[in-house]
Amino acid sequence: MKPASFDYAPVETLGAALSALSAQGAKPLAGGQSLAPTMNLRLVRPRVLVDVKALPGMREVTETAAGLRLGAAVTHAEIEDGAVPDVTCGFMAHVARGIAYRAVRNRGTIGGSLCHADPAADWPSCMVALGATMIAAGPGGERRIAARDWMRAPFVTALAPGEMLLAVEIPRLPPGSRWGYAKINRKVGEFASALGIALPGVMVAGAIEAPPALLHAIEGIPPLAAVAVTRAVAMRDA
Amino acid sequence: MQPKGLAEGVGAPVLRKEDGRFLRGRGRYVGDIAYPGMREVAFLRSPVAHGLIRSVTKPRGYEAQVFTWDDLTGVQPIRAPSALPGFRKSDQYPLAHGRVRQVGEPIAMVMAASRAEAEDIAELIELDIEELPAATDMLAHRAGPPIFDGWPDNVVLQALVDDDISDVQAPIVVRRSLRTARQHMAPMEGRGVVVRWDERLNQLEMHTSSQMVHVTKTGLAECLGLPEASVRIIAPDVGGGFGYKGILLQEEVAMGWLAQRLGGVALRWIEDRREALSGQANCREHHYDIAVHADHDGRILAIDCEAHVDSGAYSAYPFSACLEAAQIGSILPGPYIVPRFRCRTWSVATNKPPILPYRGVARTGVCYALETTLDAVARKAGISPVELRLRNLPGPEAMPYVNITKKIFDSGDYPEAMRRAAEAIDAAGFPARQAAARAEGRLIGLGFAVFCEQGAHGTSVYHGWGIPFVPGAEAAQARLTPDGGLEIRVGVQNHGQGMETTLAQVAHEMLGIPLSRIQIVHGDTAMTPYSTGTWGSRSAVMAGGAVGDACALLRERVLAIGAHLLQAEAVEYRDGAIHAGGASVTVAEIARVFHRAPQQLPPAMQTMSLEVTHGHKTERDTGTFSYAAHAVEAELDAATGQVKLLRYLIVEDGGVLLNPLVADGQVLGGTAQGIGTALYEEMPYDAAGQPLASTFVDYLLPGAGEVPDIEILHMETPSPISRFGQKGIGESGAIGPPAAIVNAINDAIAHLGREVTDIPATPERILAALA
Repeated sequence: MKPASFDYAPVETLGAALSALSAQGAKPLAGGQSLAPTMNLRLVRPRVLVDVKALPGMREVTETAAGLRLGAAVTHAEIEDGAVPDVTCGFMAHVARGIAYRAVRNRGTIGGSLCHADPAADWPSCMVALGATMIAAGPGGERRIAARDWMRAPFVTALAPGEMLLAVEIPRLPPGSRWGYAKINRKVGEFASALGIALPGVMVAGAIEAPPALLHAIEGIPPLAAVAVTRAVAMRDA
Repeated sequence: MQPKGLAEGVGAPVLRKEDGRFLRGRGRYVGDIAYPGMREVAFLRSPVAHGLIRSVTKPRGYEAQVFTWDDLTGVQPIRAPSALPGFRKSDQYPLAHGRVRQVGEPIAMVMAASRAEAEDIAELIELDIEELPAATDMLAHRAGPPIFDGWPDNVVLQALVDDDISDVQAPIVVRRSLRTARQHMAPMEGRGVVVRWDERLNQLEMHTSSQMVHVTKTGLAECLGLPEASVRIIAPDVGGGFGYKGILLQEEVAMGWLAQRLGGVALRWIEDRREALSGQANCREHHYDIAVHADHDGRILAIDCEAHVDSGAYSAYPFSACLEAAQIGSILPGPYIVPRFRCRTWSVATNKPPILPYRGVARTGVCYALETTLDAVARKAGISPVELRLRNLPGPEAMPYVNITKKIFDSGDYPEAMRRAAEAIDAAGFPARQAAARAEGRLIGLGFAVFCEQGAHGTSVYHGWGIPFVPGAEAAQARLTPDGGLEIRVGVQNHGQGMETTLAQVAHEMLGIPLSRIQIVHGDTAMTPYSTGTWGSRSAVMAGGAVGDACALLRERVLAIGAHLLQAEAVEYRDGAIHAGGASVTVAEIARVFHRAPQQLPPAMQTMSLEVTHGHKTERDTGTFSYAAHAVEAELDAATGQVKLLRYLIVEDGGVLLNPLVADGQVLGGTAQGIGTALYEEMPYDAAGQPLASTFVDYLLPGAGEVPDIEILHMETPSPISRFGQKGIGESGAIGPPAAIVNAINDAIAHLGREVTDIPATPERILAALA
């Protein structure tokens, strides 16, 4: 399958990007690892792809005492390889290593994955567990969106029409923090059937066909998710 | 003939000649072929599984780029009948005619400057289809409603081996109902066609990703009403066949028709994964109601089986819709001594893609049904699965062994393969390992499968089927070039089997010409002898034998010329030269003299061509029987239903191996596919006949992460009927894994009184078995 006809719009400034994105049928393009296949299947038919990868700030990485700001176009591979500072005691690099396969990680971006908002993907659940903050830009300027408010429903985010994701702010985990991550999937690199995340004082269940769930106890989630969270907790506490 | 042990000859573990271009990305596949001004083709395919076509309306302005069946004047539908009694024929139209019977069936062909534009135009075609109820389940819909007018039901063929076994008195009777899922073969390279009319040669020149170019040529010529001289089929590098490319395609016929009308403009269609997955899940779907009767010691007294094969919507050319069902009745007894046997098999037409024989063909399902049931017999008899098999396998003293269905096992020591596998995987120590694991709360199991693989069977086996071809002798041409190089021309297809190396090794064995100077030419009807192609694990035996025979004849001529040049009576052929006493003349010098200095030869010798084409048959054409024992240690995660293969070991007897590295490659690749059948691959359909997987996100193939290191131990019992003692093993790896893996799973949960019956053994099925 080849995609339906579309226009390609590389942009150099945020203003130009937001202006292009305000058009009917415009969609931002980052790594294209989810968007391009769905376009090839003609399941989505954007009229124009606004290539936002090269915008100022999209690949910027800033470390502060509080944590790390990752431009939305930072790739999974860069996180996997330690090309960005580690503020999560190795947690994010570990997660990145399990995303799809290397060719996808070379191009796929953290922001693209968050905007695609597939509940079976890794980053949406991880951002909830980390208490991350999404930095969105729109015609009205920038705004901050807490990760737990990000995914409204499967494949639906809190972004308003015309908005795009600029960056993610990840709070620093205390040094020496232990974590656990359990991804139950049918084969290596495949989307998760269930995700369990355990950070200090935090448990999250993901891939539950709904937005990720912050848990106080391992209950009220599908059985497989309960297995995943239990294993994540065991990994953290081992 | 005994191999001489040459460094590049039969049995030498030389690296594959063809791998250089494959590993460097320099292979040339159909998708790499282009002509100036080439047009791209897309097909509008049926969105429904069953329906009456009320109308197909071409979009305004694109009438000259869109073609339906009504346009295809002079074209005959594809017909692959069988002469087996009761076989119900059906026509497969290149583009749908009046009715569609599977999702993905081509309805219209669209030509445009690019594939994307062709797809755009295809979307504009107005399709009015009255949807009909779909036959989706071979058991529920066997009786109807029939999907073909004039049929009383949906039975394509009923194959009965109807021995009355009601007198068998067995203390142990184990019955099982088992199901294997419908699969898609998923070669790395899909199908593809590039075709144009060559005015100079008055010939349709078609590049297509095929494993049987000559059969395609014959079938295509018939459908298009062309003399065969006006059709040339070329299969360049082919990225995996597995049976998926052993077919005459609807697309080939439709595009062949159109290409004749374009004055030399080339057309290209490259199948995409979505077309393949949604419209070509075409293999492996079987159902078995099987009963094994045994005595207290686990000796088989009788096998009683009712089997169903979901044959899909049409009879694919050339193997027809009955291949698997007819095969089940003859191969279900597997490698065992079975005194009594009854098997009734039904091929059922459904609204799914037409069945094709996938690597292993019916053997994979049959092995699964018998081997898992035998393990249940062992549990009931209170003996180990290894002991049960040892008690039922024919020993080497029984060879050649003629089994209950008159299969002639040519040679081998089947019990020894079982013993070696059990020893190598430490079956004796397994109960202790299992107990220790259970004490830690882990479930592990050990499973085995033993099977044989009839390969390279020929005329006497196939002529009774009455399908569009009957394999006869396999021909090869050996051509000595003036510079002393050798060209070998064969009609079989190398689509990953390493034949450019193994066949060259055979030629080297016969003529001593260095491997680097031997060129294997294949995949082109204009350049090779007629052949039924590569299928049925036949090429190493048949083409290998043919190359051997042709080279032997060439060698006689070379010897004669050499003797003349040396003016000697007693000459010896050794190391690529002719020797007489202390004098010698090389093959290259003989070739030079023959082609470029014929004046040195007497006239009778000048007319002796150094191109020899000769046909080969094995000494008995009932096939070589390779066999293997697979052994698996697996761990089962009771919380998630996931299976981990801890160890996978194979004892394989492929007779004399032309090249052990290539043999290992064949076994490893097949085993990976068998692991897919066992644990991952499944094309589910809904009640309307819609395929529920259309990408590899939904249709899971095992990857490097899912295939463990596989240990292969070889036995090499020569076949008495093949030229070098070699046997066909190309499909072997894909046969054993479902049985061995499910036996390991069932062994892990037997103490809980649970069993898995259907494959793939997905987490859902395993959790259901444990629930």
